Amino acid sequence: MKISVNNLTKSYGAHTVLNGISLDIEEGSVVTLIGPSGSGKSTLLRCLNLLEPIDDGEIYLDGEDISIPGLDANPIRQRVGMVFQSFNLFPHMSVMDNIILSPTRTRGINKATARVKALELLERFGLADKANSYPDQLSGGQQQRVAIVRALAVEPEVLLLDEITSSLDPELVAEVLDVVRELKSSGMTIVLATHEMGFARDSSDVVCVLDGGCIVEQGPPSQVLGNPQSERAKAFLQRIIASGRL
Amino acid sequence: MVSTINRRVAYEKSRQRRSIAVAAISSLVVVTAIVIFIPRMPRWNRVRTSFFNGDVFRDSFPRLLDAFVLDVKIFLWSAPAILILAMLVAMARNSRSPALFPLRAFTIAYTDIMRGVPVLLWIYLIGFGVPGLGLERPWNSPLLWGSIALILTYASYVAEVFRAGIESVHESQRAAARSLGLSHWQTMRHVVIPQAIRRVVPALMNDMVSLQKDVALVSLIGPIEILRRAGVDKSKFANFTPYVAAAVIFLCITIPLTRMTDYLMERERRRTTGTRVRS
Repeated sequence: MKISVNNLTKSYGAHTVLNGISLDIEEGSVVTLIGPSGSGKSTLLRCLNLLEPIDDGEIYLDGEDISIPGLDANPIRQRVGMVFQSFNLFPHMSVMDNIILSPTRTRGINKATARVKALELLERFGLADKANSYPDQLSGGQQQRVAIVRALAVEPEVLLLDEITSSLDPELVAEVLDVVRELKSSGMTIVLATHEMGFARDSSDVVCVLDGGCIVEQGPPSQVLGNPQSERAKAFLQRIIASGRL
Repeated sequence: MVSTINRRVAYEKSRQRRSIAVAAISSLVVVTAIVIFIPRMPRWNRVRTSFFNGDVFRDSFPRLLDAFVLDVKIFLWSAPAILILAMLVAMARNSRSPALFPLRAFTIAYTDIMRGVPVLLWIYLIGFGVPGLGLERPWNSPLLWGSIALILTYASYVAEVFRAGIESVHESQRAAARSLGLSHWQTMRHVVIPQAIRRVVPALMNDMVSLQKDVALVSLIGPIEILRRAGVDKSKFANFTPYVAAAVIFLCITIPLTRMTDYLMERERRRTTGTRVRS
């Protein structure tokens, strides 16, 4: 198992956001988290990236417990990349500087080498001509692709994608999802939270339905989306189908 | 279609002409009132000779300008020290490690105490108090300790400006930096502080304008800068014109600085809040 989550529990004050999540993620697989807003998808991803302290349970990366309190999170975050809904590019830096910041600062790679690698990545995703642009000068889709390149430049083993298409105009969603498909075909392990049901159905190996901080259903997409067993998963999918999104 | 556009352009133009006319007339009324009424005050002639005496002005002005060099010097060595100290205080206050709690508590006490007492009082307390400990020359200079008093008080105000800037950088920027494996300090240095400084430049300029004026307070513990020189000349001529001359010299520096601050604020406002609603 690449990542193994055991009984993960997380609450903000009296409000329990994650209530005993257990999940195994195989190397090279794409795991999609779906569920209503507030069901805990984003919080789960933030916990996997060690951005949030957890209350109980364990997270294993390659069999090693990374949820031990007091563990230095920085080297682990370099192995588990994350991309956010609102891109979160650094607005005062060019695209190139956004991308090479972490490689040059955290791993001591010299600037010239980092630039060459960054350009290769930008070329791979059709962004080579944007290297010297600033984030404000790019469309939402371009910004999100840059954010993905920035995460990839750290050479992570796993990529966490937190609703990366949710703040994009509909016509820009496809260009970002194409990037995710290409990453999948290159063998990257991906965990993504999404509202794109078509993508969940066609491109993921495992779909998990979250509701109220619990995984209420998980399995291959055909089974979870076509023939759900739990009542809560059925109710959620009914609403999705009724709104014409599947 | 064309006619509608022409009508709109004509309307906007007539509105613009009207606002210019209204502004001109109201300014004229105010200026006339001042020019007519002030000379009619009962002792205007006395005030004019004792505050606006041309001969005294001409005689005193070059000496005041010479003395003003010291004000500029105090400003030039205080301002960088203030910015550096303020940034250190703001960063200490924004630290999150529990081990640094004493440092955070100290910086909170520092900003509260320094900001809670008038600048002038600090200049007296530090400027007279520290040399009073019996320090040797040159360490007992009132100029040195007056400057340090200015630096310590102004740094507490500027630290709050920096802190507001640091806190205005959205948490998601920190999340993104940390998710890339950067440490807390790397995140501060490369992501948070550069954005914070850009946002607070206008507020910083404001504080620098008031520093430029408050430098004159150091004169009250000894150094002969412009305000003190003006006081000497006032006694010499038994005339207040040197004070007016000093005011003119200050304005020559502070007005351009203030105008630039307004320009920077307006630019920042346009960048962050979008286009202006029509009047």
